[in-house]
Amino acid sequence: MTNPRGARGGITGWGSYLPAYRLDRAAIAGGAGRGARVVASYDEDPTTMAVAALREMAAPGPDQFLLASCRPAYVDKTNATAVHAAMGWDPHCLSVDLGANQRSAAAALLAGHRTGGTVALADVTWGRPGSTDEAHGGDGAAVFSFGTEDVLAVVEATISLTEEFTDRWAVPGEYAQQWEERFGVGRYQDLIRRATAQLGAETPDRVVFASANPTLGRRGPGITGRLGTHLSPIGAAGTAGLGLALADALDQAGPGETLLVLSAADGCDALLLRTTDLIATHRRPLAVAAQLAAGRPVSYYWYLSWRGVIQPEPPRRPEPDRVSSPSAGRSVAWKFGLQGSRCEACGMLHLPPERVCKNCGAIDRMRPESVADRQGTVATFTVDRLAYSPSPPLIEAVVDLVDGGRLLVELADVAPEEIHVGLTVEFTFRKLFSTGSIHNYFWKVRPLR
Amino acid sequence: MTGIKDKVAVVAMGCTRFGERWDAGLKDLAVDAVDELLGQVPGVGLNDVGAYWFSTLDSGQSGMTLTNALGLQYRPVTRVENYCASGTEAFRNAVYAVAAGAVDSAMAVGIEKLKDSGFSGLMRNDPPADGTAAELSMTAPAAFSLLDPAYVARHGVSADDFRDAMTHVAWKNHANGALNPKAQYRSPVSKEKIASAPLVAGRLGVFDCSGVSDGAAAALIVPADRANAYTDRPMFVKALSVVAGSGRGVMDPDYDYTTFPEVVHAAAALYREAGITDPANELSLAEVHDCFTPTEIVLMEDLGFSARGRGWRDVLAGRYDRAGHLPVNIDGGLKSFGHPVGASGLRMLYEAWLQFRGEAGERQLEDPRLALTHNLGGRPGNCVSAMTIVGRGRG
Repeated sequence: MTNPRGARGGITGWGSYLPAYRLDRAAIAGGAGRGARVVASYDEDPTTMAVAALREMAAPGPDQFLLASCRPAYVDKTNATAVHAAMGWDPHCLSVDLGANQRSAAAALLAGHRTGGTVALADVTWGRPGSTDEAHGGDGAAVFSFGTEDVLAVVEATISLTEEFTDRWAVPGEYAQQWEERFGVGRYQDLIRRATAQLGAETPDRVVFASANPTLGRRGPGITGRLGTHLSPIGAAGTAGLGLALADALDQAGPGETLLVLSAADGCDALLLRTTDLIATHRRPLAVAAQLAAGRPVSYYWYLSWRGVIQPEPPRRPEPDRVSSPSAGRSVAWKFGLQGSRCEACGMLHLPPERVCKNCGAIDRMRPESVADRQGTVATFTVDRLAYSPSPPLIEAVVDLVDGGRLLVELADVAPEEIHVGLTVEFTFRKLFSTGSIHNYFWKVRPLR
Repeated sequence: MTGIKDKVAVVAMGCTRFGERWDAGLKDLAVDAVDELLGQVPGVGLNDVGAYWFSTLDSGQSGMTLTNALGLQYRPVTRVENYCASGTEAFRNAVYAVAAGAVDSAMAVGIEKLKDSGFSGLMRNDPPADGTAAELSMTAPAAFSLLDPAYVARHGVSADDFRDAMTHVAWKNHANGALNPKAQYRSPVSKEKIASAPLVAGRLGVFDCSGVSDGAAAALIVPADRANAYTDRPMFVKALSVVAGSGRGVMDPDYDYTTFPEVVHAAAALYREAGITDPANELSLAEVHDCFTPTEIVLMEDLGFSARGRGWRDVLAGRYDRAGHLPVNIDGGLKSFGHPVGASGLRMLYEAWLQFRGEAGERQLEDPRLALTHNLGGRPGNCVSAMTIVGRGRG
C-alpha cells in the first residue's frame, strides 16, 4: 500500500468522450438484443478520442502523458505523440503509450499517480459478427490529470496483485478470444477478495470497477458502494471501461467521498480515493451520462464497414494520396494544432498558414494563431456523392470563424438534412483516412453538442 | 504596351470528335486534329511550323509527348498546363511567339486522353503533401456546387428558380450539341430529365456536370499581314487575358461564392485590349467554361453579359440560347461537346473559326464578327481564368 507522492497527491482533473453513434442491438445478427452499443465513427480511433476527452478536461500541459489502449492506431510508432501534438503541449514532456492490454488502464492510473502528469484511457472494441464483443463492446475515452496541488480526489492507498492465467487474450491483428468465462470469474473474485482485504478499506461511498472478463465486468466485483457502484457504462470497452467508470463516478461525486477503484485484469489493481472539498466547485466536464443519453443511430451495415469487417464496393475513384512524412512534419502545427498565421501588417488570418499575405503582400510578417478552440458558422456547404470516403457521402462546409478566418472543412457526426447556412460548429480532431497504412489525422467540424 | 490586337491570325484549325474515344489513344487524337488542320493549308508541313505549344492536364509530360506523336524533326515544343485553362494557355503562348517575331508560325495543340484511367470524374495529380488540403478529397462537382446556395442566398432568388436556370443551361447546351457532329452528346435532353437526374454533389445532378472525355484540337497562327497567303478567311486575335488567383477566396470570409474575381479581372483586361465597352452587344457569340451549370450562370455576370444578380433571369428568358441575343456555347459547350481538359480552350476557338468561315452547318449564325472564348481552371475561391477575343476581320 504505497503512496510515494505523499498523502495529498491525487486526481486534479478528468474528462470523458463518447462517440456519437449507437448500434441498435436488435439490428445485429440474431436480432434478439436490447438497447444499443456505442460506436466510434469511421474517422475516430483511440488517438482521436483521447484528444476529444483531453479537450473536454482542458487542463494545463503536463510533463508526462501516458496513453493506454488495447487497440492502438499504430504499433512500433508512438500514438501519444499525435495526441501531444493535437493538444499543442510543450515538447518537454514524456508522451508515451503503455502496452496494448486491458491492465494498462489500471497501470496508467497508478503510474499517473506515482509519477504525475496526465493519462488517457481510450479504446475501440468489436468482434466477429455475433460475438459478445460486438454486441456488448463499447468505444470511448477517459482522461485524468494527477498532481499535488488543487487535488480533487486524493489517492490514499493502492495495491497491486499479479497473477498469470489466460482468461482473455488476442494476437495482434486477430480478434480477441475468451476462455470459458466462469474460469476467469473465479480467479478474479479470489484476487479481488485478497486485494481489498489487504487494502483494508471500509465500505466505500462509491465502487468503480472494470474487468478484462466480460461477465465479471457486467456483474460487478461483489462489493457495492454506499452511494453507487460504477461499472463501465458502455460495456466491454478495453482500457476505456475502467476510465469511463471512474469518470462517471467523479461526475457524480461530492466532497469527502471515498472511491474504491478496482481493476480485475491479469491480477487485481486497486486505488482508494477520497474526494476533497474542491470537487464541489470544480468546473465539471461534459458528463458520461449526458453523452450516453445522446446519440444517433448507425446501421449494422455501416458499423461493419467502419470496423473493416466487410468491405463495401468503393466508388470509381482513386484512393487518396498517402500523407508525405516530410510535408506533414513541416506542418505539424497546422495539421495537428490547427495553427494558422495572422498578418501583422493588415490583420488577415490565413488558414492554412502562409508566409506571404494574400491581402497586402507582406512577406514573413506573420504571427501564429491556433483556432482549434474557436467556434464557427457554416457560410455554405455541399454534399459530395462522388468523393472517396470510408462512409460516403462526404459533407463539406465553408466555415467562418469567430475573430476572423475561414476554411473549407469536412463535417462529422451529422446527416445532410441537419446542416444549414448559419449552423454553429466546433472543431473535432479526426482521422480523415489511412493510405499506405499512414493515418491522416486532421480536424473536422461538427455541430455543438 | 501596344496589345495583341490584329497582330496575328489563325489560318487553319482542326478538332477531333470528343467523347469516350476507346478507339483512339493520344497519338491518334494528335494526328487526327493536325491532319484536319493541314488539309486547309496545303504546302505547309509539320516541320515548316516555327514552334509548337502543347497543352495537356495529365495525358503526358514535356513537349516530347507531342514531338514523339507527330514525329517532329528538331522542333521547339513546349508543354503548358494551367488546369482547365490549358488549351487557351497553349494558344496564348503561340500567339505571343508569332507576335514577337520569334517565329514566323506557331501551332497550338491541345490533347487530353481521360478515359484510360478507369475512374469517374477528373483526377488530380498532386505532389506529396500533408493530407490537410480540402481539394484533395473534395471533388470538382462539390466545389462548384457551392455556387448554388450562395447565389440563392445573396440574390434573393428562390431555390426553385435557380434550379430552373441551371436546368435551362444544361438543356440549352445539349440542344446545341445535338446540332454538332463532333460533340460527345448529340441528343437533346428534356428539362424533366435534367432536373430529376441522380445527384452528384449538392443539388448538381449528372446533367449539371460536363462529361469526362477524350479529344484534341489544334490551331495554326501566323502574323496578321501574312494570313492571306494561307487562307482567304483568317481569324484575327483581338485580345488575350489570363489571371491566376492567389487562393485568397477560400480563406477570406468576404468572398461569397457568387462570383469568380479572377474572371472579372481577366475580362476587364481583355475588353480593354480589344476596345470593347459593351460586350453583350458587341460580341456575336461566346464560348464559356460551363464545367457545371451554375458556373455558366455566374460567368454571364462576371463577363458583363448580365447585370449582377440577373444572370439567372436572363438565362431563363433565353437571352443566351442559340436564337437569343448572345448565343453562349452554341457548339454545345463543355456540357455537350465534352471536356478533354487540354483541348477545350482550342475547341472553343474552333467554333468561332467555323462560324466566321460560314462552316458551322446547322449552328451557323447570320453575320458573326466577334467571338469571346473563356476557359476556367481550379475552383471557386481559387481559380485561373484564360480568355480570348477573336474576330472575322481586321479593325
